[in-house]
Amino acid sequence: MSLSPTEGVALAEIESTGAGTEEKGLVGRSPGQLVWNRLRRDRTALVSGVVLVLFILAAIAAPLLQRLYGMSPSQQFGDLLDSTGMPLGYVGGVSGDHWFGLEPGLGRDIFIRMIYGIRTSLLIALGAAVVTTAIGVVLGIVAGYLGGMVDSVIMWITDVALAMPFLIFALAVVPTFSLRFYGPRDAVPTWFAVTTLIVVFAAFGWTGTARLVRGQVVSLREREFVEAARASGAGLGHMLFRQLLPNIWAPILVAFSLAVPSYVTGEAALSFLGVGLPESVPSFGRMIYRSIDYLQTDPAYVFFPGITIFALVLAFNLFGDALRDALDPKSSR
Amino acid sequence: MSTETEPLLRVRGLTKHFPVRDGFRSRSAVRAVDGLDFDVRPGETLGLVGESGCGKTTTGRMLVRLLEPTSGTIEFAGRDITHARRRELRPLRQDLQIIFQDPYASLNPRHTVGRIVAMPLQVNGIDPPGGTKKRVQELLELVGLNPEHYNRYPHEFSGGQRQRIGIARALALRPKLIVADEPVSALDVSIQAQVINLLRDLQRELDLAFVFIAHDLAVIRHFCHRVAVMYLGKIVEIGDRDDIYERPQHPYTRALLSAIPDVTTLGPAGRIRLTGDVPTPLNPPSGCRFRTRCWKAQERCATEEPALVRRDGGDQATACHFPEAGTIRQGAGPAAATVEEVSK
Amino acid sequence: MVRFLLKRLLLAVSVLLAVSVVSFLMFFALPRDPVTGMCPKNCNAERLERVRTELGLNDPKPTQYVNYMKGIFVGRDLGSAQGGKCEAPCLGYSYVNSESVTDTFARVLPVTLNIVLPAAVLWLALGVGLGMISALRRGSLLDRVSIGLTLTFASLQLYFVGALLLLIFVYSLKILPTPRYVPFLDNPVEWARGLVLAWVTLALLFSAIYARLSRAQMLETLSEDFVRTARAKGVAKRKVYGRHALRAAITPIVTIAGLDVGAALGGTVITETTFGIHGLGRTAVEAVRQGDLPTIMATVLISALFVVVANIVVDLLYAFIDPRVRLG
Repeated sequence: MSLSPTEGVALAEIESTGAGTEEKGLVGRSPGQLVWNRLRRDRTALVSGVVLVLFILAAIAAPLLQRLYGMSPSQQFGDLLDSTGMPLGYVGGVSGDHWFGLEPGLGRDIFIRMIYGIRTSLLIALGAAVVTTAIGVVLGIVAGYLGGMVDSVIMWITDVALAMPFLIFALAVVPTFSLRFYGPRDAVPTWFAVTTLIVVFAAFGWTGTARLVRGQVVSLREREFVEAARASGAGLGHMLFRQLLPNIWAPILVAFSLAVPSYVTGEAALSFLGVGLPESVPSFGRMIYRSIDYLQTDPAYVFFPGITIFALVLAFNLFGDALRDALDPKSSR
Repeated sequence: MSTETEPLLRVRGLTKHFPVRDGFRSRSAVRAVDGLDFDVRPGETLGLVGESGCGKTTTGRMLVRLLEPTSGTIEFAGRDITHARRRELRPLRQDLQIIFQDPYASLNPRHTVGRIVAMPLQVNGIDPPGGTKKRVQELLELVGLNPEHYNRYPHEFSGGQRQRIGIARALALRPKLIVADEPVSALDVSIQAQVINLLRDLQRELDLAFVFIAHDLAVIRHFCHRVAVMYLGKIVEIGDRDDIYERPQHPYTRALLSAIPDVTTLGPAGRIRLTGDVPTPLNPPSGCRFRTRCWKAQERCATEEPALVRRDGGDQATACHFPEAGTIRQGAGPAAATVEEVSK
Repeated sequence: MVRFLLKRLLLAVSVLLAVSVVSFLMFFALPRDPVTGMCPKNCNAERLERVRTELGLNDPKPTQYVNYMKGIFVGRDLGSAQGGKCEAPCLGYSYVNSESVTDTFARVLPVTLNIVLPAAVLWLALGVGLGMISALRRGSLLDRVSIGLTLTFASLQLYFVGALLLLIFVYSLKILPTPRYVPFLDNPVEWARGLVLAWVTLALLFSAIYARLSRAQMLETLSEDFVRTARAKGVAKRKVYGRHALRAAITPIVTIAGLDVGAALGGTVITETTFGIHGLGRTAVEAVRQGDLPTIMATVLISALFVVVANIVVDLLYAFIDPRVRLG
């Protein structure tokens, strides 16, 4: 859902309260194997999983696709545009050479730009999801297990982070960040822009996971197997990461799988507002941002990137949903 | 058990108060455990018995240092461990273990049996001769489980088997004392006997001492050398098993014993049914805590708290101003005015 | 209860203070110079310096912060260049719009509220309704369709839906005017026609989350003992669901609604950008672009205030709806 990673997490929390319940009577299978078997039998999971794998493959193999397709994302085909900059032909210049047509104005190929857009988008989304999940898990598990002052302080920081309007901060911080290290006219390297976005997402996105994990840990903390480890003299690290963490993988995984699409959306939204990535980097948000101006004259330009990002996010959401069902048979349909 | 042996565990004035926030400012405390004194000698089994909420579980948790005592001392093998920190405690952990009540909650559902049983070794950095796996399999065999099952998950086992896994885990460090917190009360009756017998065999074999917490007097009688009866956070009577079961001196012990459905006690004594509820430990009665439900209570009981004292030179100590005398079979039944007799 | 409220209020104030300090530090300490932005092209160094001093930007950072906070609580004198005396709550003087931030807000806040509030009513009704119905008809065609639809909606992008709706209703069919804000009192029909696309766009996306949550919660509640007992006792179906289940099912929805205030603000930024309506969202974006610090600070603080207040209200509602939750 747009701009609010917390919602996905809250969803994971509410719908998977029964995590940790086991099916009895199945002999010789670890909980992980049970989940895998359930996932394999789920048609939605299968289809969305395949679509996701295709997206990821396309992202990884973008340079290869570029070679096969025969043009680069920055190549301009000015001769295929009319005098006003509109692509010649139908549906925004769709042809055998240019599968999704050309950008009005600059005349770049939309298909190959989108392949690279997927690459950028997935890189940022996965990076941000990994970082936020790691931060959220560590803070949540520590707060939940230790309780007391530590808990109060961490939860207070969470409250502060939640009260900050993310979009406004991102709008302000991203450009100033690059101004700190590069002059106003320097070209900002892609890796820097990508890292900045991940950092900004990480600074705000961890709160949901932290709350989710904390809640789960609080409900596990008084369980006897935790006390058993304490009575054996286990240290904090063992308690948190050996005893507690394996029991909360399910909601964390679900939250993670729902966080990825929210960052795809978030990156596109920031680019849409003009602060995400530099113009030279192909990105969904930027394409759509540019395309809005051509809404009346070249609707196909809006359509292709819009549909693609929709398909990507939908595949992630469907897969996350199926994963939740597989992890928690109680909440299934 | 001879009285002269140096006790393995020596508890003096052990107290646990849980603070309760009450209203805006005033703070009060639940006096869950209020000044316990007892010893456990090596290889001995002490039964801790009482109704739910009397503080037995809290006591057990304090003994293995899962809860911090409010006051009092716990000495283990001559060392004061009352407020020892984790690192100081480490060598003692190996001698002091706990078995939990709920075999479903006490095993980590995401760990294999092998990992569960090996956990105490792992966290204490112990590498047993022949390797951890071999030791785990020995332990599984010791508690009567198939050692080939070390790769399975807890959900593949029955309640009784799970409890055996919990016992194997407690034995992993070769402890001298095990606190068993109602180890069989969550199990089917038919399984209870098996687990109790296992514990008894292990005790003989490994010379273990037990603090055995239960609300079931029959189980305690079957397993324990000595028995302490708790009521509202205090020990009201403590002594050898036979003394407690055959010559109970405290009215509360008598009432508890009369509730055992046992043909031998269904004689003229009948069943003593206590009236009223257990008072709240938030605000226990003055003087003797049992007086509100006691048929012998007199004025003195409300003003003066009875001390836990030995009578007639024996090992049995009772905290009562008006202790009962004689064996239970001779039926010193209480006055019918306050207690119903059921079995007539 | 009183104790709980006091505690929550103290916590809320501390959170707001922290937000103000953090945003102050971030915006005032970052290398962007607001003065260069507001100065016409050929500003010389001397003039820049004079403006800077006038705005108080040369004061030490703590002094600037204290002055700003003083303005909010007791008002302060901003100097002749910024409209002189500024009454409490003084949010400062916009460098860009040449008016006090309070005036800017008085202009743009109604626009945003007119977008968000009707949309919220729409998405709550749609989402909760859909979720309840599909929970009660679990497994039916209706249920499956609604699950599919909500997932689809949740995967859509605000600007994409917005663009599509614009294309269909405004550019192609020409049955709606270009989105704009007409005050309700001026012309209710035009008010609705001007904003309906924004409402629908927001509602479509946000309702999805509510539908899914209320369905999940409703299912859980329906399987709980008290509902089954009530059914077994012979209480009419409608009565059971109405009285017991709905009440319990609303609880998590209230929670999410509290978290959503922040998201809704983000949502309005995108919605307003897509439809070209000038409300709080647009103002914030422009303020950020132009380095208009007082406006940014005010936006941040106001939205933080909304979030914090919403959370307190949610906690209270929680205790009201679900008696198991004890305050304290």
